[in-house]
Amino acid sequence: MDDALLRIEGLVKRYGGLIATDHLGLSIRRNELHAIIGPNGAGKTTLVSQITGEVRPDEGRIVFAGDDVTRLPPNARAAKGIGRSFQITSVFLDFTVIENVSLAVQARAGHSFRFWKQAAGEAILRDPAHAILAKVGLLDRADELAVNLSHGEKRALELAIALAGSPKLLLLDEPMAGMGPEESLRMVKFLETLKGQLTILLIEHDIEAVFALADRITVLVYGRAIAEGTAAEIRNHPEVRRAYLGDDEEA
Amino acid sequence: MRKLSYILCALGIAVLFCVPAVTEVADMSYYLDFTTRVVIFAMAAVSLDLILGYGGMVSFGHAAFLGVGGYAVGILSYYGITDGFIHFGVAILASALVALFIGMLSVRTIGVYFIMITLAFSQMLYYLAISVNTYGGDDGLSVRGASVFAGVVDLADRDQLYYASLAILLGMLLICYRLIGSRFGMVLRGIKSDERRMIAIGYSPFRYKLLAFVISGVMCGIAGALLANQTLFISPAIMHWSRSGEIMVMAILGGISTLFGSVIGAGLYLGLEETLSRFTPHWQVLLGPLLVVVVLFARNGVLSLIVPRRAKTRHG
Amino acid sequence: MNGVLALEQILNGLQFGVMLFLITAGLTLTFGIMNLVNLAHGILYMLGAYFCASLTVATGSFVGAVILASAATVLVGIVIELLTLKRLYARNHLDQVLATFGVVLFFNELVRIIWGPASIYSSVPPALSGQVELIPGLLYPAYRLVIIGVGLVAAAALVLLINFSKLGMLIRAGASNRIMVSAIGVNIDLLNTLVFGLGAAFAALAGAIAGPILTVESGMGNDMLILALVVIVIGGIGSIKGAFIASLLVGLIDTFGRTMLRPLFELFMTKAAANSAGPAVASMLIYLAMALVLFFRPQGLFPPRTR
Repeated sequence: MDDALLRIEGLVKRYGGLIATDHLGLSIRRNELHAIIGPNGAGKTTLVSQITGEVRPDEGRIVFAGDDVTRLPPNARAAKGIGRSFQITSVFLDFTVIENVSLAVQARAGHSFRFWKQAAGEAILRDPAHAILAKVGLLDRADELAVNLSHGEKRALELAIALAGSPKLLLLDEPMAGMGPEESLRMVKFLETLKGQLTILLIEHDIEAVFALADRITVLVYGRAIAEGTAAEIRNHPEVRRAYLGDDEEA
Repeated sequence: MRKLSYILCALGIAVLFCVPAVTEVADMSYYLDFTTRVVIFAMAAVSLDLILGYGGMVSFGHAAFLGVGGYAVGILSYYGITDGFIHFGVAILASALVALFIGMLSVRTIGVYFIMITLAFSQMLYYLAISVNTYGGDDGLSVRGASVFAGVVDLADRDQLYYASLAILLGMLLICYRLIGSRFGMVLRGIKSDERRMIAIGYSPFRYKLLAFVISGVMCGIAGALLANQTLFISPAIMHWSRSGEIMVMAILGGISTLFGSVIGAGLYLGLEETLSRFTPHWQVLLGPLLVVVVLFARNGVLSLIVPRRAKTRHG
Repeated sequence: MNGVLALEQILNGLQFGVMLFLITAGLTLTFGIMNLVNLAHGILYMLGAYFCASLTVATGSFVGAVILASAATVLVGIVIELLTLKRLYARNHLDQVLATFGVVLFFNELVRIIWGPASIYSSVPPALSGQVELIPGLLYPAYRLVIIGVGLVAAAALVLLINFSKLGMLIRAGASNRIMVSAIGVNIDLLNTLVFGLGAAFAALAGAIAGPILTVESGMGNDMLILALVVIVIGGIGSIKGAFIASLLVGLIDTFGRTMLRPLFELFMTKAAANSAGPAVASMLIYLAMALVLFFRPQGLFPPRTR
């Protein structure tokens, strides 16, 4: 268990009579890409919100890099190294692309109580931002306002913002949502380049992408993990096929 | 187009510098008073624009800080203290403390709740001023002596008051322009743009919003201290909610998130008041519909008709 | 404070509270359903009072004047809604505050043009000018009892309307889910106008019956509007029940604050200090209450179930 970067123990979240997370245990190993799949209403979003700290669990613990973060607010968790992308694209639309990323770099590069020196002129912010934009392929759009980007470009920018905080754990909440096949393919390729450099928790509907990318997969149904394993194991897991893939699909 | 706006700003500042000389020559000292008033209210509008236009905080109680600054000068003079450094030092300190207090309780709230809570606090101060009879209560308080700085600058002198106000306004504009491009300003604008995203990056919005609120409150407090020097009178009316509304109107007339637009907005609002009230004592009957028309049809303020906006925002 | 005095203060607070509710009811509905911050709502209260004062003189009948004044105000209100507010529903709060502020300036000045700058005093109708001995030792003005009665009846009527009529069902649905209501094919424009007209009628009624016990003057709606906003925030935006309870609460807190704080303060400070501190704190009391509520229950005391 020592190689686990994120450990979730006995996590429970109830909304009224509904149980969204049901005594869930989960362990994400360092430098693995761990995917969580599950039908709609399986509690994926609730789980993400509990890991990032936006929703507080009713029971259980969340341990990140050896520290109990269960009671930490979201910004403190981000500071500890949990970066995320949002399911609904969430970039600073009235900022330029480079400003979007610089702002995220700034969160890790010294304090932000500086009032006179212009942030745009700070090499310590600009250079890492440029490097990340080059990585996600947005460098030539650096001075464009984010609002003018295409959907795929916005998703890439979203990822760039998350990466700019140099997270230890990157939480990707349906990064391919709303993307065309071509854009999806590009995203899969990009995520492949990230593999092994940092720990990634991927929530995704695109099953083929998940099977192609993930080191380990957890299947979530009604807030419980019904199966966990490699892509090959999950593909052939009878309970998974029944509950999630639909038995007739590959029969 | 950016060049054009710089030229316009420079031109505006040049004109403002000439006002005392021109009014002196033309024997229209009344207009010097008017322009001083514009400059002072411009400060209030700029201070509001800083948090409204760049921090997304719609403060509906900013006139409270005019009152705090004004009463600081009024009350100190009441006790025979006319030292400008003490006047302005106390005004700054008092408005900072009041802003800190109000801010701590309000900047966590969002949207209409923030509007309401700032309104509530300004109303509290308004009624407080009304009920304290020592300092005139409802009738207000005469300022017995204007601020004098080390025997050199005497704000009782109209020209000196004007130039002091103008210098402070320009200083505030410069500070604000630097501020919004600084690290702090980027964070503030980020919070306005998408607070949830900022938290996910690792920022704690509270402290940045609070500090911005305090900076804004202090700026408005200084404007209040200058206003008390100009009118040599201070009454609770300065804190009435409709006054807060007027400051907001000024900031918006010129276009929010433009800073300099607030100066134009202040000039425009007070100019309209001035001109319309010449035609009719019932000038508000004309001003009201004008406001409605501006909101409905010139959404980014009148400045946007001259200088196109840099960015289209989501709500724009 | 003895029992008689306490009862009198309760009645005063109640009377103030029901007046507040009449004004707040419409405001909280437009706030909750159209998501509109309408500073111009106080105008309707003022117009109700002015219309009623003039119509009482013209018709000689107070009751008739109250009804006519309310009807006239509703008409003016609908014109305001169609010309300006309607275009503001989809705008942000800032635009709404600004534009409705413009409407306030316009009407405050307009009544000065029409009725002159001086305040108008109208008297309580002779039939109601007497006092009623409620319990031995407590004489209470009959007219104020009528206000309480009218307010409670109006409140009951509104609750029945909201809870048991089709319109009310749509209003409640609209307060919790606007998109849903328009999705099921309801003419949302018409619903908005109806709700606004309903709110205008209540505000005008409040102004009309308040006329004889207050001074009717330009700007009289402004302070009531701020109080109404306080009530809404305390009660929870969009909630009629919240508005009713918060109205009574604010009415009672304000009334008791004004009469009891000074003697209370005298217990632990000098008479002079209590004389100035008492009224000062009393006038701030409801704003303090609102700040407290917002701090501990940011959604108000009775928020509508979903927003």
